[in-house]
This record gives sequence, C-alpha cells and structure tokens, in this order.
Amino acid sequence: MSEVFFRAAGVGKRFGGFVALAEVDIELRAGERLGLIGPNGSGKSTFVNCISGDFAEHDGQVSLAGTVLNGLKPHRRARLGMARTFQLPQPFNSLDVLENVRVPLLFAGHAAEATDRAMACLEQVEMADKARKLPKELTQVEQRRLELARAIALNPRLLIADEAMAGLSNAEVDQIIALLFKLNEAGAAVIMIEHIMRAVTAFSERLVVFVAGRKIADGPPRDVLALPEVEGAYLGKQ
Amino acid sequence: MNANLRFWLGAAALGLALVAGLRLLGNDYGYFAGYFVLQYVVLAGAWNILGGYAGYVNFGAAGFMAAGAYSAIVVRQWLGWDLIPGIFAAAVVAGLLGLGTGYLTLRLKGVYFSIATLCLAVVLQTLVVNWDYVGGSRGAYIIHARDIPPFNSYSEMLFIVMLALAIITTGIGRAVEMSRLGRGLQAIRDNERAAEAVGVPTLRLKLVATTLCGALMGVAGAPLPYYSGYLNPEAAFSLAYAVNAIAMPLIGGAGTWAGPVIGAVLLASLQQAATVTISSALNLWIVGWMLVIFVAVAPRGILGWFRKRT
Amino acid sequence: MEFDLSLLLNGIVSGLLLGGLYAAAASGLAVSFGMLDIVNIAHPALMVTGAFTVVVLGTWLGLDPLVVAVLQAPLFYVFGIGIYNAYHHFFEKRGDEALQGLAFFFGVMFIIEVGLVMAFGPEQRFLDPSYAYTTWRIGDIDLPLRMLVPGLFAMACIGGLFLYLHRSFTGLAIAAVAQDAEALRLMAIDPVRIKRLAFGISIALASMAGGALVVVQPVEPSSGQVFIGRVFAICIMGGMASLPGCIMAALLFGVVENVTATFFGPSWSPAVAFGWLLLVLAFRPQGLFGKAA
Repeated sequence: MSEVFFRAAGVGKRFGGFVALAEVDIELRAGERLGLIGPNGSGKSTFVNCISGDFAEHDGQVSLAGTVLNGLKPHRRARLGMARTFQLPQPFNSLDVLENVRVPLLFAGHAAEATDRAMACLEQVEMADKARKLPKELTQVEQRRLELARAIALNPRLLIADEAMAGLSNAEVDQIIALLFKLNEAGAAVIMIEHIMRAVTAFSERLVVFVAGRKIADGPPRDVLALPEVEGAYLGKQ
Repeated sequence: MNANLRFWLGAAALGLALVAGLRLLGNDYGYFAGYFVLQYVVLAGAWNILGGYAGYVNFGAAGFMAAGAYSAIVVRQWLGWDLIPGIFAAAVVAGLLGLGTGYLTLRLKGVYFSIATLCLAVVLQTLVVNWDYVGGSRGAYIIHARDIPPFNSYSEMLFIVMLALAIITTGIGRAVEMSRLGRGLQAIRDNERAAEAVGVPTLRLKLVATTLCGALMGVAGAPLPYYSGYLNPEAAFSLAYAVNAIAMPLIGGAGTWAGPVIGAVLLASLQQAATVTISSALNLWIVGWMLVIFVAVAPRGILGWFRKRT
Repeated sequence: MEFDLSLLLNGIVSGLLLGGLYAAAASGLAVSFGMLDIVNIAHPALMVTGAFTVVVLGTWLGLDPLVVAVLQAPLFYVFGIGIYNAYHHFFEKRGDEALQGLAFFFGVMFIIEVGLVMAFGPEQRFLDPSYAYTTWRIGDIDLPLRMLVPGLFAMACIGGLFLYLHRSFTGLAIAAVAQDAEALRLMAIDPVRIKRLAFGISIALASMAGGALVVVQPVEPSSGQVFIGRVFAICIMGGMASLPGCIMAALLFGVVENVTATFFGPSWSPAVAFGWLLLVLAFRPQGLFGKAA
C-alpha cells in the first residue's frame, strides 16, 4: 500500500462555546476511497469546511502530500490538487456549461488549451452534448455531473464529494457512483460524505463515523458497521 | 486577434469621424458637449469593470473622480506637470485609493466595500475642504494647458484627449471581458465560494478590479480642472457623478463592454440637451428615477433587453 | 495646543449627548440592516425627509418638533412598507439583492435628496423649540437642552423598540426572522410579512430620528450624506442586530467625534466616521461588542 498523503491531525472547530468538531484525526493514502458518515449535525460539513479552507481558522493541522494547508485559502488548496463538490450544486449561473468547466482550467495554467480540456472533462461525465446549455436548463443529476466535471478539471489528487447524490433517483445514484469509481481509477483519492448508505457501502473501502463532533469509528466498512456504538448512535436512529 | 483589430480600427474610425464632424460644425459648444458625454463613457466603463463583471458596487465615483481632478491640480502646482502627465498621476492616486479601500474591506461581504466607497467621497471632500494648498473650499484655478500645435483650439484638444481616454477605457473593458480576469470576475459575481473552490484567486482578482476601476475613474476626472478652468470641492464631488456612474452601465447593460457606452451616450446626451430646458436638479431627479425603474423592470439593461428578444 | 480639562470634560459630555442622536439614527438601521439584512443606504436620507416634514408640520401646527416626530411616525411606517414591498417584489424575490437591490436603494436615496432640493431649495431649515437656548450647568459641565432633550427622546424610542422586540409576539418573530427565516415558516408565520412590518418600523424610527435632528441642528437636503458613514459604522461596531450594542457604539462614536471636533476643529469630524468605519471593517468586522468569530 502507498503511504499517507493526506493527513488531518487533531482538527477541531468551535463556534463560541459550541464544539462542532473535536480533535479529529484522519489519514488517507493515495487513491483511497473513504466513506464519511454520521447523523446531521455530527460535524461532517464542519470537517469538510476545515480541510477545504472555507474556515480560515480551526484547531489542528491539515496537510496534503507533505504541504501544510493551514492558513492557505481554498483556491490555493484547489491548485494543490484538492477538489470538492457542494451539497447543493453551485454552478456559475450566467456562464454556460463549457465556460463553467473552463474557469478552473484558466486559473490552473491551462489557459491555452482550456477549451479542449474542458470538453474532455465534460465527455468524462457524459455532458459533452450539453456544453452550450446554461446551468438553470440542466436537471438535478446533470447539475451534479457539472459539479464533478468542474472538480475533475482541477486534476485532483483528493476529491471531496459532499453529498453529491442527495435528491437523486436510484439509477442516477448508480451513475454518479460509477463516475466516482472512474475518477478514483484515474488516481484520485475520494472522501465520500453521504447519507445514502447503499452508495457508501458500495463505494468505500474504509469508513469513518462522526457522532457529535467526534470520530467514533474508523476501519473497513463491514467492521465499522458492526460496532454497537455505530449502530446505536447512527443507524439505530434512522 | 481579428476581432481585436476590428474593434480598434472601428473605434479609431468612429473617433476620427467625430472629430471631423465637429470640425465641420466649427462650434466650441460641440466640443464641450462631446467632452461632457465622453467623460461619462470613461466613468461608466470604469464602474462596469468592478460592478458589471464582479458584481461589487462602487458608490464612490464622485470621490475617485475628484481624487483624479485634484491629483492633476496638485502635480501642476507642485511639479508644473501639464495635462497628460496629470492624467497619469490621477490614475496612480485614484488606483491606489481603490486598492486601499478594497484591501481593507473586500475580505468581508461585498456590501461593506460598497458602504466604504459611499463614505469615501464624504471624507475626501472633508480633506480637500481643509487643504489650503488646493484652495480649500474656495476652489482652485487652473490656467490653460499649454497649447499643442496640431489642434485647432483648446477645447478641441480637451475633446480629443477625452475621446482617446474613452476609447482606451472601452478597450480595457473589452479586454477584461475577453480575458481570464473577466471570466474570474464573472465567476465571483455568480458564486464567490464556488469560484474560490475551483481555484480562482478571488481576493486578488477583486483587488485588480477595484484598482483598475479606481484608476480609470481618476482618469475621467483628471482633465476636469482644465475643462472647467476652476474647480471647487462642491463641483468635483458632485453627486451627479456618483449616480450617473451607476445608472449608465446598469441602464445600458452592465457586464458587457458596450453597455456602459450605450448608457453613457444616451443619458449624458439627454442631460446635456435637458440642461437647456429644465433645471439641473430636475435633470438629476429624472436620472434617479430612470435608475430605479431600470433596475426594477429591466435588470439586464437595454442590451439585455435586446438579447432576450432575439 | 494647551490641554484643558474642563474643555475635555465638556467635549465628552456633549459627545455623549450627540451620541444619543446617533443612536436614534442608527437604531432603525440596526433593524433593517442588522436584523433583516436589507442594506438600506437610503436610511439617512429618509431621516432627513422626516426632519423636513417635522419642520413643515411643526411650523404649521405650532407644535414641538419631537411631538410632531411622534405624530408623523405612522405615516413613515406606511411609507416604509411601500418601499419594502417594491424592494421585495423586484429584488429580494428574484435574488437580485446584491447588485440591483443596492442600486435601487441608492436611487431612492438620490431621488429623495434631489426631491428635497427641488421642494425646499438647498438652504438650511430649522424649527427651534422653546428650550433650544436653555443650558443647564452642573459644575463646569454644560448640558444644553438642545442636545439633552433629543438624546433622552432617542433613548425613549430605542427603549420602546427594545421592549417591543423582546416582549411582544411580533417583536419576537422579528428577532426570529433575523436568525432563521425557515424556522418561522415552519411555525406558519410568513417571514415576508414580518420583514415588511419590521422595515416599516425601521423607517418610522428614521423619521423620529429626523425629529431629534431638527432640535439639534438646522437641516438641509444633503444632511443625510454625512450620516451614512456614521450610522453604518455605528451599526457594524454595535454588532449589527444588537440594540444595546448600537447605543454603546453610538455614545462612543459621539464622544470620539466631538472630542476630535473640540481639539481639531469641527470640519474634521466627518473624517472620523470613515476612519472608524475602515478600522472596524479591517480589524473587528464582528463589531466592538460582538463576540469573536
């Protein structure tokens, strides 16, 4: 197995007196597929916002491929190979689909061949025929695909898929899972934050569980899901 | 490349035609009216770079414009610099002013930047009123710029300088629109958080835009003391600049390089024509109403209106 | 410059009194900008409109400016509701608050200011109440009623607002809309109705602040301009939605501005507003009295 290339050590975040996330350690190997689950308000989104740089200040340290990310703005992290999708798709509404995907390429030093590369990304998510559509003309699943295409354009080494399948039909969920597998085979480690257990178990080779801002389990999915505290705290309440 | 060449050739041809037409007319009033309209083309184009593309509202057009005008006065009194170097000085001073305001406020929500620019004009006016070197509240006189041979008259020279500035500003606006900078600013306007997440250095782009916007507004103001021969704080900080700088691009079509030109030519010509018949207050009142009505009913401006129909 | 203790003390006291006026001007903004997230840059212009109507009605009816200010408040409440309806219909509903919504309020501000010039001319207007030239003295300290009465009036208005927001059902709903509009919807309360009402209140407050302004100083159509920086600086310093924070920030602001004016000359005081605003935005955007993020 390859060595650790992403590390979150003692990551925590407080809002006033409220502890949203406490001393979370997560390590990831290159190309690993990690599922992150937990009930609403368990700190999953807070964790994503800490490692993506949306929260400028938090406890602990985050590093990617040996580079400490603390204090770096989100766009610097994106250039270092960290890409994310949002719970609610966040397209650039006045730009068409192709331009949406060109934006990351323009700022990643691929200005000259941005259009070709953007088309290639759109082909990967099977959206090439929608290149000239505006985001508001897309369906839910197409907007999700656009998010992924924009993330792929960053040529990520780590992709954070934050509830990338919420609100989709079963068939559509399978399409997105297939896409994530394809990305993973191309070399990206993936952190999948998801409520749809079927997707998590199908995709992840490792599972981390958050409850009330703490990591309570970390290991192979089968073992983790069998833990009584996981069943009690999370699955039991569903 | 071809399109760029066409734009510059077209702009040059239009400019030459304007000059030739006004020469045929042979009336100084034509140059003065033309200058009045063209200064608004510069001002509206400058506002559009930040407001139109990035969606950040600069309310301080009067402040930046006055900063440019007073920079021209200061370098003339202090160093004896004439009109053209005065324009460069104005660009530097107003650009730094834009950069500073942006640097202090742009890390927060965009509305704080807008509020800061709103107060900027008031404070700059306070400074100028208290500054005796530039005449304080009494104002400052500018002797004519040195005559430059190829021009028929002083007013023709000022007109041609402003014409060149208007063409350059519009060209800059167009270049921004076509460039990576413009795309980045549009992404910021649509969704700043997503822009940052896909690698757009949002703060840096916004600072470039505020600096450019401030500098060009300063440029619009630099020839003002030469144009009016006398400048006092009340005239330099006139609210008319602030409201027109916003109304013109929004009415013409913000976020497109041609929008501010259309809005400025339309509104400034109307105002120039109306000053003859109605009071200047009523004139400005109408601009205020047009602004409110347009942003409510046609938020994409005249250009957006046409695009939707075709 | 020679240091003079009684000059300083008087500067501080009249600064506190001035701060009372600023609190009145900023409290309405704490409702619209702080609680409703509506960037009403026309607020000071509406305050000046209130001041002009106070002068006109007060002269006509022969009443004290502050009495007129209270009597006319319902009119401004209705006016505010009208403005909010337009704002909501054209901008808030469409999601165009940021650019077009700001431009809208700027246009409203401009229309009001130029409209006042056209209606009343650019000159100053005043309406002095009977106590305008009375000054109480406590030791070395002057307490001009011209400043004290409007300051107390402002505190009474804000106190009333505070009780309303904390005691009445609608007031609590306004506080809730500031926190979470969705939660209100779940309680079957229409957040738009609450916001409309709250915005109306904020404009009524602006007009009452206008009454206080008339007592303190003569007004002219452009009087609102110098207040823009002040009221936004105070509102942000006070922590946006907090009325006690707003009062404390306003008093502090009044003192700093007045002491500056005492020692450096009154023409410098507008610069204080902007300087403070920039410093606050740069270093403590969560407000002086807010908690650290």
